[in-house]
Amino acid sequence: MARAVTPRRKALNTLIAWAIGLMIFFPILWTILTSFKSEAQAINDPPLFLFFDWTIENYGVVQDRSDYMRYLWNSVIIAGGSTLLGVVVAVPAAWSMAFVPSKRTKDILLWMLSTKMLPAVGVLYPIYLLFIELGLLDTRTGLVIVLMLINLPIIVWMLYTYFKEIPVDILEAARMDGATLRGEILHVLMPMAVPGIASTILLSLILAWNEAFWTLNLTAAKAGPLTAFIASYSSPEGLFFAKLSAASTMAIAPILILGWFSQKQLVRGLTFGAVK
Amino acid sequence: MGRIVLDQVSKSFGDVEVIPPLELLIEDGEFAVFVGPSGCGKSTLLRLIAGLEDVTGGKIEIDGQEMTSVPPAKRGLAMVFQSYALYPHMSVRKNIAFPLRMAGLDKEEQQRRVAHAASVLNLSDYLERRPGQLSGGQRQRVAIGRAIVREPAAFLFDEPLSNLDAALRVGMRLEISELHERLGTTMIYVTHDQVEAMTMADKIVVLNAGNIEQVGSPLELYREPRNLFVAGFIGSPRMNLIEGKEAARHDAHAIGIRPEHIAVSGSEGNWSGVVGVSEHLGSDTFFHVHDTGVAETITVRADGEVGFRHGDRVYLAPRQDAIHRFDAKGLRI
Repeated sequence: MARAVTPRRKALNTLIAWAIGLMIFFPILWTILTSFKSEAQAINDPPLFLFFDWTIENYGVVQDRSDYMRYLWNSVIIAGGSTLLGVVVAVPAAWSMAFVPSKRTKDILLWMLSTKMLPAVGVLYPIYLLFIELGLLDTRTGLVIVLMLINLPIIVWMLYTYFKEIPVDILEAARMDGATLRGEILHVLMPMAVPGIASTILLSLILAWNEAFWTLNLTAAKAGPLTAFIASYSSPEGLFFAKLSAASTMAIAPILILGWFSQKQLVRGLTFGAVK
Repeated sequence: MGRIVLDQVSKSFGDVEVIPPLELLIEDGEFAVFVGPSGCGKSTLLRLIAGLEDVTGGKIEIDGQEMTSVPPAKRGLAMVFQSYALYPHMSVRKNIAFPLRMAGLDKEEQQRRVAHAASVLNLSDYLERRPGQLSGGQRQRVAIGRAIVREPAAFLFDEPLSNLDAALRVGMRLEISELHERLGTTMIYVTHDQVEAMTMADKIVVLNAGNIEQVGSPLELYREPRNLFVAGFIGSPRMNLIEGKEAARHDAHAIGIRPEHIAVSGSEGNWSGVVGVSEHLGSDTFFHVHDTGVAETITVRADGEVGFRHGDRVYLAPRQDAIHRFDAKGLRI
């Protein structure tokens, strides 16, 4: 029996949903609003919500003081590079786990995921030392490699669940039709898994873009992405809230816009298998 | 061109032997049907020939060449799957052209062959559609189209008709038989439906638990089943199998008599019994006769006009020359 929904109940539900949504969004909204205030108004007590002297001065100062474009470019290269590399490694890995599983496949999958439960700081020292040894410290190459490895378990796991949904018959048909392994993956598997691969790429981009622990610890001046850009505004000699907010807004804007345009894809990706 | 030889081929999954070593020869141009109950290893045998499974032992020879460890793509075979296995993201045209594209044929030749296959299979009007927009029968035709454009040494069919409804199945059965006549290419067809096997095959291979029980033409299998399994499996309705005193009278452990070889009347016959369920097909009627004293139920095929009712006492007269005799091991005497 379908549950009857009265208009009043519907209105109440809508209200609650909006309230929760706003609550989740509020920190971001507050950051954006603060970025348009002067430093004095930013720390005003009581806090000013909408009625203050709107200014874009902070953005100008931030751009003058630090080169936003350089950080942005670093972020694009690091997030994009690690994602691309991750997918190139993960597609064959997920293929073999989904279609030629061994007795240990399930264990390997779990083991891979379990590495995500390890606190990152636990391996900071060895990785830091390795980076010094290999000359990768404060290089984009180094970060691409580290972030790729950090996100690889999630990428493999996601692709694996997508590939599992593809009937083996179709891949066998491709094999009978004369496709090589490469042809089978490139012409049949990947096109069929496009929605899955797209949401995997999107998630990996977001994770890499927002990753702060490794990017802050392994970079200095040259290879720092936008996370380092934000961090550079929180200094020991005191915080400039308005400027910090402007920097944060500039840092999250690209990924926020990307997320906005692809939210449908993303939701499908994250709930895949649960609701279909 | 498409002569296929299996020499001591066997297959195990882990410790479980699903196909003990077996020998089989399929002549060029032959329509061979693998038939047997589900789980008898018929699909596995087909997949071994296709190369989709590796053999555990033995050799596979296709067209005079040893192909045992050659990958499926290089064996020159085409396969039609039970699920059709069409590429959902490609149009019908691209589906059919896919094997040609993989073989690196030039565009013009691809188009020419696709157009030809489409006209043979009545698909010309659907070439730009996606598989999702086609009916079951049309999808099956696309799958066959994808197989014939390659001009393979042999076609492998894995229960291709089991997803279709009954009427369509009969139609497609005829189409595949006609295709075989026209192309003259070797075909291996796997089914659990003995009617499909009888109507289509030049050669039937009856499988049971991975063993080949008998190989022969449909009529050979019908007339001279080599053992009790084949006797019971081939023919519809099933052969009546009788053990005990009645069998001993014929110097056998068991005897078999087909329903169509028993005359039924209200007055005379060797056995008598009571009519149970009658199945009226119009042209024929099948009577299931109980309490005969020789077997629990004897099935009899009679003319459609014969009108016995539930509970009537009838007399049965088996044709003496049509009685099959089997020994204690189930082998034909």
